[in-house]
Amino acid sequence: MINLVWGLVFVLLAPAIGGLIAGIDRKISARMQGRLGPSIFQPFWDVGKLFEKENAVVNETQIFYAICYVIFMAFTGALFFAGGDLLLVVFALTLAQIFLVLGAYSANSPYSYIGAERELLQIMAYEPMVILTAVGMYAATKSFNVSDIAATTTPVILLIPGIFLGFLYVLTIKLRKSPFDISMSHHAHQEIVKGVTTEFSGPSLGWIEITHWYETVFLLGFVWLFFGFSPVIAAIAVIVVYLFELFIDNTNARVKWQLAVKSSWAIAAVMGILNLAALYFLNGGIS
Amino acid sequence: MTYLAKSPWIIHYDASSCNGCDIEVLACLTPMYDVERFGIINTGNPKHADIFVVTGSINEQNREVVKNIYDQMPRPNVVVAVGICATSGGVFRECYNVAGGIDKVIPVDVYVMGCACRPESIIDGIVTALGILEEKRTKMVLDADAEKEHRHAGLRPEHISQTGGAH
Repeated sequence: MINLVWGLVFVLLAPAIGGLIAGIDRKISARMQGRLGPSIFQPFWDVGKLFEKENAVVNETQIFYAICYVIFMAFTGALFFAGGDLLLVVFALTLAQIFLVLGAYSANSPYSYIGAERELLQIMAYEPMVILTAVGMYAATKSFNVSDIAATTTPVILLIPGIFLGFLYVLTIKLRKSPFDISMSHHAHQEIVKGVTTEFSGPSLGWIEITHWYETVFLLGFVWLFFGFSPVIAAIAVIVVYLFELFIDNTNARVKWQLAVKSSWAIAAVMGILNLAALYFLNGGIS
Repeated sequence: MTYLAKSPWIIHYDASSCNGCDIEVLACLTPMYDVERFGIINTGNPKHADIFVVTGSINEQNREVVKNIYDQMPRPNVVVAVGICATSGGVFRECYNVAGGIDKVIPVDVYVMGCACRPESIIDGIVTALGILEEKRTKMVLDADAEKEHRHAGLRPEHISQTGGAH
C-alpha cells in the first residue's frame, strides 16, 4: 500500500525536477514571445540568489508559515507518490495553501492582504473540482488509494473525460498561469505588486519558490493518474498538458476574480457532476 | 561567481523623469534586447529586488519615496542612476523644485549617462552594478563572520577570567 521509498524519492528529487520544469517553462514562454529567454537552470540560480540575500522579515511568524507551507506541500506530494489516500492528499494540499495565506496575512501590508484574499478565492475556485476529481477516480477505479489507481488497468481517462477537462481548467489556477494568476504570478508579470509573496523576501521567498516546484511535480503526477494504465501515454499526456498550459498562459490576459470563481464552479458543476452522473447510470449505480 | 550576479532582479522607479529614460529601460525588456536572458527581471517589489534603477532627479515630492524604496530592499543591493537627470539633475539642475541627482538622498553605485540613455548603456550600467553587488556580498559575509567571532570570543568564560586581571 504505502511505499515510503517513493515518498522519500519525491521529497529529495522533486525540487530538482520542478526547478528544471520551471526553467524549461521560462525558455518556451520566451520563445513564444519571440525572445531568447534565460538558461533552463535560471530558476536554480534565482533561488540560490535568494538564499544569499539578507533575511529581512516583517515578523517571525511569517518565516514559520513559509516553512510550514514547504513542509505540508512536501508532505502532500510525498503522500501522493507513496500511494496514500487521495482524499487525504487533497486535504493536505489545502492545508499547505492555507499556510501561505496565513503568511501573507501576518504582514501588515495592503498588497499582501489583497494577495491573501485572492489566494483564498483561488482555493475556493479550484477546491470543488479537485475533490470531484478524487471522487471521479474512485468512481472509475473503486479505490481512493493512489497506489491502486496508478496500478489499475482500467483506462481512467475514458471513464471520466469530463472530470479530466475540469481538472485541466483548475490546473491553470494551481500552476499560477494566466488567465488565473490573480493572487501571484511568475516571471515579470506583475499584479498588485507581487500578491501573496509581496512581503516575503530573501530565503523565505526562496522556500516559497521551492514549494512551487514541489507543487508542480505533484500536480503533473495527478495528471499522470488519468493515464495510469499506460506509462508511455501518461508521460506524453503530462508533457502535452504542460505545453498546453504554457500556451494558455502566453495567449491570455488575466481575468477578474469573479470570472475565475464563477467559471471554475460552473465547470466543476457541469463537467464534474455530469460525468459522475453518466458513470452512475452506465454502471447502474455506484457499487 | 555567486548566484547573485546570475539573477539580478530590478526595481525601476521614475523620480520626476520626462519618461524618455523610462521608455529606454522598458526597451531593454523587449525581444530586441531581452535582458531576461541574463536572468534580469523587472520586479515591481523592492523586497524582491537587488538593483534599484532610478530615472529622473530628486524633488521634494519623491525624496521620501526614493529613500523608502531603498530602505525596503534586502541587502546586498546596488543603486543605478539612469540618465543625466538622475546623475546630476541635468538641464533641470537649476530649477527651484529640483534638489539634484539621486545621490542627494541615497548612495549611488553606478551612473549611466545620456539623455535619453541608450538601452545598450543601461545594460552596461547594470552589468557594472553586478560587480559591485558581488563586492558588497563578500563584504557582508566577512563582516558577519567577524562579528560572530567577536561575539564567541567575548562569551568564552576562561577568556574573561584571563583578561580580567583578578589573579
